[in-house]
Amino acid sequence: MSTVGIIMLVHTALDRAAEVARHWTASGCPVVLHVDKNVDGATFRNFRQSLAQDPLIKFSKRHRCEWGTWGIVAASQSASMLMLKEFQEVRHVYLSSGSCLPLRPVDELVDYLAARPRTDFIESATTADVPWIVGGLDFERFTLRFPFSWKRHRYLFDRYVDLQRRLGMRRRIPAGLVPHMGSQWWCLTRQTLSAILEDPERPTYDSYFQKVWIPDESYYQTLARQYSTNIESRSLTLSKFDFQGKPHIFYDDHLQLLRRSDCFVARKIWPRADRLYQAFLTDSAGAMKKTEPNPGKIDRIFAKAVERRTRGRPGLYMQSRFPGRWSVNSVTSNPYSVFHGFTELFEDFESWLTRITGARVHGHLFAPERAELSGGGAMINGALSDSAKMRDYNVQSFLTNLIWNTRGERQCFQFGPGDNQKICKVLARDPNAQISVISGAWAVPLFRSNQNFTELRRAAARLQQVEAKYLNQLRDQETKARVRIWTMAEFIEAPMEPLQTILDELGPQMPRHLSEAPTMVNLDGFGQFLQNLKNQGMHPYLMGDFPVEQGPVNMPKPPRKPYLVRK
Amino acid sequence: MTREAHTAAWGLQGWGAKYQMRIRRRRLLWRCLRSRHQLKVLADRSDRIGADDILVVAVLRNERARLPYFLQYYRDLGVSHFLIVDNDSNDGTAALLEEQEDVSVWQTKASYRESRFGVDWAGWLLMRYGHGHWCLTVDADEILTFPHADQRNLKDLTGWLDQRGAKAFAAVMLDMYPKGSIGAVPYEEGTDPFELLSWFDGEGYTWEYQQRYRNVSIRGGVRKRLFFRDNPEQSPHLHKIPLVRWNRRYAYVSSTHIALPQVLNQAFDHRLGLPTGVLLHSKFLAEVIDKSAEEKQRQQHFTHVERYTQYYDNLIAAPDLWGAESVRYKGWQQLEALGLMTQGDWT
Repeated sequence: MSTVGIIMLVHTALDRAAEVARHWTASGCPVVLHVDKNVDGATFRNFRQSLAQDPLIKFSKRHRCEWGTWGIVAASQSASMLMLKEFQEVRHVYLSSGSCLPLRPVDELVDYLAARPRTDFIESATTADVPWIVGGLDFERFTLRFPFSWKRHRYLFDRYVDLQRRLGMRRRIPAGLVPHMGSQWWCLTRQTLSAILEDPERPTYDSYFQKVWIPDESYYQTLARQYSTNIESRSLTLSKFDFQGKPHIFYDDHLQLLRRSDCFVARKIWPRADRLYQAFLTDSAGAMKKTEPNPGKIDRIFAKAVERRTRGRPGLYMQSRFPGRWSVNSVTSNPYSVFHGFTELFEDFESWLTRITGARVHGHLFAPERAELSGGGAMINGALSDSAKMRDYNVQSFLTNLIWNTRGERQCFQFGPGDNQKICKVLARDPNAQISVISGAWAVPLFRSNQNFTELRRAAARLQQVEAKYLNQLRDQETKARVRIWTMAEFIEAPMEPLQTILDELGPQMPRHLSEAPTMVNLDGFGQFLQNLKNQGMHPYLMGDFPVEQGPVNMPKPPRKPYLVRK
Repeated sequence: MTREAHTAAWGLQGWGAKYQMRIRRRRLLWRCLRSRHQLKVLADRSDRIGADDILVVAVLRNERARLPYFLQYYRDLGVSHFLIVDNDSNDGTAALLEEQEDVSVWQTKASYRESRFGVDWAGWLLMRYGHGHWCLTVDADEILTFPHADQRNLKDLTGWLDQRGAKAFAAVMLDMYPKGSIGAVPYEEGTDPFELLSWFDGEGYTWEYQQRYRNVSIRGGVRKRLFFRDNPEQSPHLHKIPLVRWNRRYAYVSSTHIALPQVLNQAFDHRLGLPTGVLLHSKFLAEVIDKSAEEKQRQQHFTHVERYTQYYDNLIAAPDLWGAESVRYKGWQQLEALGLMTQGDWT
C-alpha cells in the first residue's frame, strides 16, 4: 500500500469521482470518500455499491456541505479520522474534491512526497498579506458571526454583517491562534493532521470555527501553524480563480495547457470533458517530465484573458469594454517613456538605454529625496530644479513642464513603488506616456540587500501593496497610456524580446537589432527568497511564479552579425 | 457585485417605474397565454423532453431550404428538442418538420404582425414547455456561435452559466452577405449557408445604454451601412437575448431583443464577466429577393410599414452588399478579436 492517502469530497458527477478514485487505488493509494448528505439515498447506495469491491476505498460519515459553512470542514475531519485509523501506513493525506484530476502519474506524487516526509503542503498566509480575497470580508470573517446562509439568504447575511459592524460587535479569537488563510486543498502529514484532530482543545477550536465565514479556507490553515514543523505554503492542487473569485473550469481544449503545468492535481474539471479524463487517467506513459510543478505557465495565459477583458483596446467599443468617459486632453506635449522595474533588474540599464537610444534618460524622477535628473544635475532646461518639495507641490505641472522644456528630445525616466505615487493617475491617463512595467521587480533590491528578514518582510508587503494599486490604475478602463506589463517571471524568460519591442516603439531611428544587451543582476536563489517570504506568511505574487529550485537565468548574447570570409 | 455598486452603476429606478415594468410583463404574459388558441398542433412530441434538455423555440414561414442545416447544426450543438410554430408555409416546411423525431410542430394561419412578430406564440410555448429549461429562441436564419464553439457545446456553456448563477446569455446579430450580387449563387439545401455568405461588417457598430429596459442597444452592420444611412435610428437592432434559463414568468418584449424582467438584459454588462455570442444571420441568401417582394405585399414584418418600402425595393434590386471594408468570416476567435463577442470569465 502506498504512503499517500487521498480524501475526496464528492457531491456531483459521481461517476467521474468513481473513475478518479479507481485511478488512485490502482496505484495503491487508499481513498476515503465523503459524499455530501444532499445526495439522495438511492444514488448514494448505487455509488457505494459500484465501489464496494475495492478494499482500498472507504466511505466516511456524511455531512451536509454548503459553500462557506462548517459542513465542509466537518466532512474533511471525519474522512481524515477514518483515513488515519484504517490505513496505518499512510504518511501524507491529500485532500481533494470530486472534480479534481491527477495530471501526473500517481507514483510521481508518491515519490515527491516520500522525498519530503516531514513537509506539510498547505497554503497559509495571514489576512493582511493575501491578494485573493474578493468581496470585502477578510479579517472580519474571523471576528463577526455568520448565522445566515450567503447563498440562500444574501439579504439577511449582508444586513447582519452591517449591523455587527455598526454595533462594533466582535468575537474573541481563541488564545494562541493567529488566523491564516489559503487554498482549502492541502496535503498534510500524519503527524500534523493527527495533532490537529486529537488536540484536547479541539472542541474549543471547532466551536469557534463553526461560526467563521468560509472555515474550510482557514481551519486547517490556522491550526497547521500550531503544530507543523515544516510548512511549505503552497497547494499541490492547481486551482485557478477568475476575475470574480470563482474557480476556473477546465475543458477539453485546456489539455495542452494542463500538460504543460507540471502540477500533480488540477481542479475544477468539467465532468463532460471526456478527453481530459481519458488523457490523464488512462495514459500513464507520463507525457510530463519530472519537474517542479509550475503553475506560472497557466497563470500567464489566464492573465492574458483577464487583461483583455478588463482592459480591452482603446477606441474600440465592444462588449468587454462598455464605453465610459474618456477625457481627450493630454497634459503633455510629446511622447515620453516610463520604465518601471528595469533599473532593479539590470545593473546598467540607464547608461545602456542612453547609449542605445540617444534619448535623455533620467533616474527616478519622483523619488522621495530628489528628482533624479539625468546626469545627476540639479537643474534642467527651463530652470526646473531637482527639489522634491517643488516637485511635490504640483507633480502634474512638474511633468508637463519637463516634457515641454525638453521638447525635441525624447525623455525617459524610471518609476517604482518607492516613488511619489501622486503622479500615477496622470501617467495612466496620458496618451503620450509609454509605460513599461516589470511587476514585482522591487523584490530584487530587497533580495540583494543586507537587512534583517523582518524588515525585509515589512518592506515587501508595503511595496507590493503600492505596486498592486499602481497596476490597477494602469489597467483601469480610463487608461490611455501605452502600457506594457510583464511579470518578472515572464520577463526574464525571454528578456530580449520585450526590450526590442520597447525600443521599436521609441522611434524609427532605433537600430533594427539590439547589438548590446544590459547586464541582468544575478538571480540565483531568488526563488527560494520568495518561498521564504511565503513561508513567513507574506505572499509576494506580483512577480509571477518562480519555481523554488530555479536554474540560472542567462541573458542570451545577441547574435553576432554574419560576415563573409574571403579566401 | 454588491447591491450598492449595482444600483449605482445602473442608475436608480423608482418604484413607479419598476411597477410599470411589472404590469407590462403581466400584460405580455396574458397576450402569450391568449395566443395559444391560434395554434393548431401538428405533431406534439413534448413528452420526450427530459429534465435537463436544452430547447429551441422558433416561429417560421417558408424555410424549407434552411431547415435541414438549421436542425442539424443545433442538434450537434446539444439541443434535444425543437418547438416550432409554422406560420402558414406553403413550401412543405410543415411536412418536413413533422417527420423529425425531435420536433414538436404547431401551425397557425393568424397574422404574424398581430402576434407581435411571432413573439406571442413563442411566448406561449416557452411558458408551457420551457419552464426551468435553457431555451434558445431563434429564427430559422439565425445560427448561434459563441467562444470556444469549436471545442465546447451548448451544454458546457449552460452548465457554466448555471454555476455562475446567470439566467441569460446575450448575442449580437451579425448580417452575413456574399461578395457580388446577392442573387448570384443559389443556396443548396443542407449546406452551410456561411460558405456563400462569408462576409460581414467588422466595424461601425454603435452601442447605447437604454434606461427604460436597462438594455444595451446595438445597431450597425451592412443594413445600416447601405439602407439606413440617412435614418440610422430606424436601422434594425442587433442585440439579442436568445438563450435564457426560462421561467414561466419571463417575457420577451420585442422579438428577442429585450426581455423582462430587466435583469435578463444585463447579460451584456461586461462587469458581470459573462461570455456573449454572435448570431450569424443568413438572411441574404438568394431567396431574399423573392421573399422581399412577397413581404412587401404581405406587410407583416415591421411596425411602421411605410418606412420600409424603400428597404424592400433596395433588396429586390439584388444589390452587391460587399464593400472594401468587409471582413471575411473565419470563426469565433476572429469575432472575439474584433470585439463582437467576449469570453468573459469563461476561458
